[in-house]
Amino acid sequence: MTLNARVPDGPLAEKWDRHRFELKLVNPANKRRYDVIVVGTGLAGGSASASLAELGYNVKTFCIQDSPRRAHSIAAQGGINAAKDYTNEGDSIRRLFYDTVKGGDYRSREANVYRLAQVSAAIIDQCTAQGVPFAREYGGLLANRSFGGVQVQRTFYARGQTGQQLLLGAYGALSRQVKAGKVTLYPRREMLDLVMVDGRARGIVVRDLVTGRIERHAAHAVVLATGGYGNVFYLSTNAMSSNVSATYRAYRRGALFANPCFTQIHPTCIPVHGDYQSKLTLMSESLRNDGRIWVPKTSGDKRPPHEIPEEDRDYYLERRYPAFGNLVPRDVASRAAKRECDQGRGVGETGYAVYLDFADAIRRDGRESIERKYGNLFQMYERITAENPYETPMMIYPAVHYTMGGLWVDYNLMSTLPGLFVIGEANFSDHGANRLGASALMQGLADGYFILPQTIGGYLAEGGFSDVAIENPAFEQTESEAAARVQRLLDVGGRRTVDDFHRELGHILWEYCGMARTDEGLTKAQGLVQELRAAFWKDVTVPGSAPTFNQSLEKAGRVADFLEFAELMVLDALTRRESCGCHFNEAFQTQDNEPLRDDEHCCHVAAWEYAGQDREPTRTIEPLAFENVELKQRSYK
Amino acid sequence: MSRTIHLTLKVWRQDEAKVKGRLETYDARDISTDASFLEMLDIVNEQLALEGKEPIAFDHDCREGICGMCGAVVNGRPHGPEKGTTLCQLHMRHFKDGDTVVIEPWRSRAFPVVRDLVVDRGALDKIIQAGGYISINTGSAPEANNLPVSPETAELAMDAAACIGCGACVAACPNAAAMLFVGAKVSHLALLPQGRPEAADRVRSMTLEMDRLGFGACSNHKECEAECPKEISISHIARLNREFFKSGFFSRK
Repeated sequence: MTLNARVPDGPLAEKWDRHRFELKLVNPANKRRYDVIVVGTGLAGGSASASLAELGYNVKTFCIQDSPRRAHSIAAQGGINAAKDYTNEGDSIRRLFYDTVKGGDYRSREANVYRLAQVSAAIIDQCTAQGVPFAREYGGLLANRSFGGVQVQRTFYARGQTGQQLLLGAYGALSRQVKAGKVTLYPRREMLDLVMVDGRARGIVVRDLVTGRIERHAAHAVVLATGGYGNVFYLSTNAMSSNVSATYRAYRRGALFANPCFTQIHPTCIPVHGDYQSKLTLMSESLRNDGRIWVPKTSGDKRPPHEIPEEDRDYYLERRYPAFGNLVPRDVASRAAKRECDQGRGVGETGYAVYLDFADAIRRDGRESIERKYGNLFQMYERITAENPYETPMMIYPAVHYTMGGLWVDYNLMSTLPGLFVIGEANFSDHGANRLGASALMQGLADGYFILPQTIGGYLAEGGFSDVAIENPAFEQTESEAAARVQRLLDVGGRRTVDDFHRELGHILWEYCGMARTDEGLTKAQGLVQELRAAFWKDVTVPGSAPTFNQSLEKAGRVADFLEFAELMVLDALTRRESCGCHFNEAFQTQDNEPLRDDEHCCHVAAWEYAGQDREPTRTIEPLAFENVELKQRSYK
Repeated sequence: MSRTIHLTLKVWRQDEAKVKGRLETYDARDISTDASFLEMLDIVNEQLALEGKEPIAFDHDCREGICGMCGAVVNGRPHGPEKGTTLCQLHMRHFKDGDTVVIEPWRSRAFPVVRDLVVDRGALDKIIQAGGYISINTGSAPEANNLPVSPETAELAMDAAACIGCGACVAACPNAAAMLFVGAKVSHLALLPQGRPEAADRVRSMTLEMDRLGFGACSNHKECEAECPKEISISHIARLNREFFKSGFFSRK
């Protein structure tokens, strides 16, 4: 397969404008003749559903939770970037574009990233008009703060709850369209499969999580906004129900999966403390604005932090990266923390933690100022750890947080399957090999509010749709396959719980496909994952039955898909013969232990095509051409 | 430092809305005091699954206190004994070895039980759909800094906007009123200049919908404020009432 990204010609800054002009339009009166399915109600899915309905399309929106207000975008803390340059620091669309491409270690598509930067300012306008209570300066104008990997202040925020407030804005817009009758909501539904008719995505099969009934839904186009797959690692900062199933099922139907090994490990999370632990909690990157990261200089120094004098502390990020200090990008900060701990300088009970210390900031700005900025984060930290971060430094360690990989999409955000669009974290498009802080909210909303509503129109206007109803044989076939898979899970009747398998999978991936990878470890992981998958289908126990509210069954389906997907992730990591951004293969590093890219051979997107059960998928590459930035070794010194 | 404790759980089990429920007793053994309340339930559930029994159904998702999905009445208190804390953020260090813990779903006519501790809170979405938003289409927003908002006002709006829509206020209220939920949303939008043009219609539509859905009325017990995991103040109910009275003069409806 050759991948055609459909990037418009012309100068970078004019591409989006030109493309919008060249896209065919659907006449306003004709839009009501088209049905669009949106799966997921996070920032991308919520904003897309509302915007498509405002345009006049009939939208059917599905979510796994009981309400579209709960998707995991809600947990994003720190902020959202936009090239407004309210601070007069010389920010611009070009700088936001450049920072994002560089932060992603030159593995994203220039044209997509530039467009993202172009629409960023309009997102802030949109959300402010919806009533998002962004932080304000004394004069009443919007406030900004700094985030990692960037030297200007371009991040807008609403306390430590920016994701929540932006999502409630999108949820409000969506609710308004529900009232207007343009969106039909289907909460507590899980997508089990994609339905292809005559080579086009024409619907989905879902399970009603309350009744267990399997339903068919048809449309002219399907939009997946189903988030990332970080939970393949079992422990991550993702919500418990976040999963890969929707995108993985689309992959099995022929959509290519791009860069699955690009998984972001976030540097500032509360460390793991026990086997029973179900998830990891992020402490916003914004804390690195005021917190200083350090470890004791000598390994094995077990003194409590307040007894360790200044001269015995190593502020290793400030030492190694004087220009960016504690605000280096996430991948750099995470690897540095791992290195300190692996060399025995880690702190806390397990030795797998570093300090994030606010003492200097509190001395400088006063406790009240710190409380205003980070109050809710400090509270959350204290609730979980029973330690007061105003008095003793926080302990943090990296954790799986975000996945840059996702379904491959072209400039229109359409996958390799006609009619299947993928937005937000679920696609691979904008962050390359590492996402910068406060850019996920920006991308989700850019896709949902401003990009997809235009590009999907171009697809629909091309026409050629046959009448497809849910009685179509393709629906019949897909439904019976999905129902059989559900039954198969219930029929195993083994002795190990779903969580037990999931935990083991997580251990394998964290150990061999986490922050630092080796060929040997990855090869070992391949075998271990295969064995685990075989064991799962022999020995899993799923209590209850299919036609009921059955949370064990839901989990079993997701873990079954994770077990297949994990192998793809490891394979992708093995075949990328370089280190870049989050993907750090120890065989490819500079003398300073930074990732060593191979721009000659690896400046591409790796996209995988499903080849059948237990057959190795086919790898296709999309070469990345950089015409507007110079490829350099990233330096944050 | 972490220790382990043993607890006796009395948990509400109910197969679906239409059948009768009952309290069942379970042992929760060797629970680390560093575990969260939901992790304690996970441990009990894994044990039940291994015994071939159906695990206790409960809603949860983010497990960091922001999605509003979790919640149960623990020893008579929504989200348990800790102030300003969702159930997922409640940790077992707040319980003593040998404690008996009674766990029940939200109780309200407007929230029918789905299974065990899971209830249907769709009524809260319906109230928002009735008008809990600012009507603006994508693309038509003015430049964000054209409309200054004093930081005090923005902070006050943010206090109200912090509501996570969990429904604990309804579960806590002897009248099963949703006034704190509605008050928070009405306040958030009415405080901001962007929300003023629709303020009168909004408060009327939302209040009428709330009544229609079977929620009770506020009679100042203040239980909602005491149990709200985001500590939302009942002053927002006062603002809701003021907005409602004013709307009689300004609403087009």
